[in-house]
Amino acid sequence: MARKIRVLIAKPGLDGHDRGAKVVARALRDAGMEVIYTGLHQSPEQIVQTALQEDVDAIGLSSLSGSHDVLFPRVMELVRKNRMKVLVTAGGIIPEEDVPALRKCGIAAVFGPGTSIEEIVKFHKDRLGRRS
Amino acid sequence: MPMALALEKKVKGSRGRGGTAAGGSQAVAPGMETVRKAGYPNLSWLETSQFYGPEGGFDYREKLGSPGEYPFTRGIHSDMYLGRLWTMRQFAGFGSASETNSRFKYLLSHGETGLSVAFDYPTLYGYDTDDPHSEGEYGKCGVAISSLDDMTALFSGIPLDRVSTSMTINGPASVIWAMYLAAAERQGVPAASLRGTIQNDVLKEYIAQKSFIFPPAPSMRLVVDTFEYGMKHVPNWNTVSISGYHIREAGSTAVQELAFTLADGFEYVRQGIERGLDPNKFVPRLSFFFNAHNDFFEEIAKYRAARRIWAREMKESFGLTNEKAMKLRFHTQTAGCTLTAEQPENNVTRVALQAMAAVLGGTQSLHTNSLDEALALPTEKAVRTALRTQQIIAYETGVPNVADPLGGSYYVEWLTDEMEERAYGIFDEIASYGGVLGAIDRGYFQKAITESSYRYQREVEKKERIIVGVNEFTSEEPLEIPILRMDPKGRERQIARLRKLRRTRDSASFEKALSRLRKAAEGDENTMPAILGAVKANATLGEVTGVLREVFGEYREQRII
Repeated sequence: MARKIRVLIAKPGLDGHDRGAKVVARALRDAGMEVIYTGLHQSPEQIVQTALQEDVDAIGLSSLSGSHDVLFPRVMELVRKNRMKVLVTAGGIIPEEDVPALRKCGIAAVFGPGTSIEEIVKFHKDRLGRRS
Repeated sequence: MPMALALEKKVKGSRGRGGTAAGGSQAVAPGMETVRKAGYPNLSWLETSQFYGPEGGFDYREKLGSPGEYPFTRGIHSDMYLGRLWTMRQFAGFGSASETNSRFKYLLSHGETGLSVAFDYPTLYGYDTDDPHSEGEYGKCGVAISSLDDMTALFSGIPLDRVSTSMTINGPASVIWAMYLAAAERQGVPAASLRGTIQNDVLKEYIAQKSFIFPPAPSMRLVVDTFEYGMKHVPNWNTVSISGYHIREAGSTAVQELAFTLADGFEYVRQGIERGLDPNKFVPRLSFFFNAHNDFFEEIAKYRAARRIWAREMKESFGLTNEKAMKLRFHTQTAGCTLTAEQPENNVTRVALQAMAAVLGGTQSLHTNSLDEALALPTEKAVRTALRTQQIIAYETGVPNVADPLGGSYYVEWLTDEMEERAYGIFDEIASYGGVLGAIDRGYFQKAITESSYRYQREVEKKERIIVGVNEFTSEEPLEIPILRMDPKGRERQIARLRKLRRTRDSASFEKALSRLRKAAEGDENTMPAILGAVKANATLGEVTGVLREVFGEYREQRII
C-alpha cells in the first residue's frame, strides 16, 4: 500500500495563536494524511530536526505574530542545507506584500485568513500525489 | 456557476472568487432564499425558537433586580452610562517605547479615555529584546519593554495620576507591574493614586492564550502575591483581568467562554482565601475581560449571565458580604477572529455591531478592533475609525441613555437563563476533574476549545455558516489597504540601549537586588517587594524573569490537536 502523505504542522517562534494550525492539522488528518504537530515555541532548528526525524513530505508553518519574515526564511535555509525534498507552505497573518519574498525563498504557497481547508488539502494532494 | 465551485481554488492576490448566484440543489445563496428554515443554531449551537413570549416567566427581584441591585443582571450601576460612559480603551503597542508613546498620545488626542498596552512576544515571555528567543519578534505584536527606562519612555509626557492603564501581560505580570509602579514613582506619582489593570490571568494562558512561562503552582503564587501587594499599596489597581477573550478567540463557544472564565475567577478567589487574604477586600479588585463576537443577542445574554452567576456565587457559595465583591466589572474587546482579510472594509460594520452588543451588555470599558487587523498591525487611520465607532455609539445612537434597555425582553431573558444553566453544566464537568488546575492538567479545556473551533470551521466550509465576503458574497477586488511598517533599525537601537544600561548601572546594587529576589522566590514571602527592588536597580525584564525561571522552572504544554 502506498505510504500516506506525512505532514508536519509547525509553530515557529513565540507566537501562541494555535487555532489555525490545529484546524489545519485536523483537516489534513481527516483527509487521510499523517499529521505531526510540533506544539508551540519551536525554533527553526527544532522544526527542521523534527521534519527530518519524522521523514515528512510537507511542512506547514504557521505564524500570526509577524515573525514570518525572519523565521520562515530561516527554516527554508535549513531545509536547503539538509537537502530535504519537502513541500513547505505557510499560513497566518501575512501581509500580501510579504508573500513574494516568502515564495522566492522556496515556500510553495501562503494561505491567508479565510482560506478554505479544502483548498489546503487539495494543494497537498495535488503536489504530493494522491497517496492517501 | 454551481455553488460547489465557489469555494474552489482562491487565487492569491485576488482573495477569492465565486459568485452569489443560486444554483445546485443544496447550497442556495442565503440572499436568494425566500423562506428561512426554523431553528437556526446560534454560535454555541443552541437551538432557538421562532419567538419568545411571557410563558417562561421570571421573578424580577430574584433574577434581575434593577440596575445597580443584586444580582446585578441588569448592570452594576443604577445610572449605568448616564453617570459615566464606558472607558474607551484601545489596545495599542508596536516597536519601541517611544513609537508606542506617540501612538498613545495620538489616541488620547482623539478622545480615547484610557490606555491599554500591547507588549511584543519577547516581553510577554519575559525575554529581553537581545535574547536569542526574541529573534524575529521584536516590536511586532506590541511594544518591546525590557527595562524600567523603556517603561519610563513609554509613558513620557503622560501623567500617570490622570490616566488609567491596562496592561496585557501575564507570565511576567508582576515584573511589568513593578516597572510601571517605579516609572510612576519617577514621575512623582504615588502608587496609591494609580489606576489600572494588569491582565495577570495565568489560568487562561494554559487554557488558550499560551504565553505561559512557569508551571501553574508558582504562577498562581505570583498572582496571589500581586493581590496581596495591591491591597496594601495600590488599592485602586485591578490585579487581575480574568479573561474569556482569548478562550473565545482560540475557538470556544460563547457558553464555554462564559463558563471557563468564571471558573477561573472562582479559582483565583479560592487561592486568595487559601493565602489568608480577606475576600471581601481582594475580590473587588478582580476584573474580567470578555469577547464581543458576532451573535448579537447571545453576547448580550453572556454578559448578563456572567454578572448574575458571579454575584450569586460570591454571595452564596463564598459567603461574601461586601457588595463590591459581587459586582462583576468587565472590559470588552470586539472579536479579532471575526475580522476578515477579504473585503476588509466590512470589518467596520462587524466591529460596530459587536461594540453595540458590549454596550447593551453593560461593559465598563471597550476596545474596538481596526478593519485591517486580519492583515497586519493597524494603521493610525484604521485605529481612529475604530475609536470613532465607539464615539458614534456613545454620542449619536442614544443607546447609553437608559440602563439595560433590553431587560425584560422575552428572548434576552430566556437566553440569559439558558446560558447560565449551561455554564453550570460546565462547572460540574470542571469539578469532575478536581477543579480548574486538574482540568488544565488533563487537557480538558484545550480539547473542548479545539473541538468547537474545528466544528465551526467545518460548518463554514460547508456553508452552513455564512461569512460575508469569504464564503459568500465574494468579490474579485485587489486589496488596497495600507499596512503599518515599523522602523527597520528599531531593534538595533533597542539592543544598543539595553547593552548601555547593563554597562552603566550600579553593578553592586544590581547583584544585591537579584540575590534578594532569588531568596524571596525560593522562600515563601511575597515576591513583589523584591521584584520592585530589582527593577529599580535596573535589572532587565529578562534578568528578573530569568531568576524566577531558575527557581520555578518552565511549563511545557501537551500537544493536543
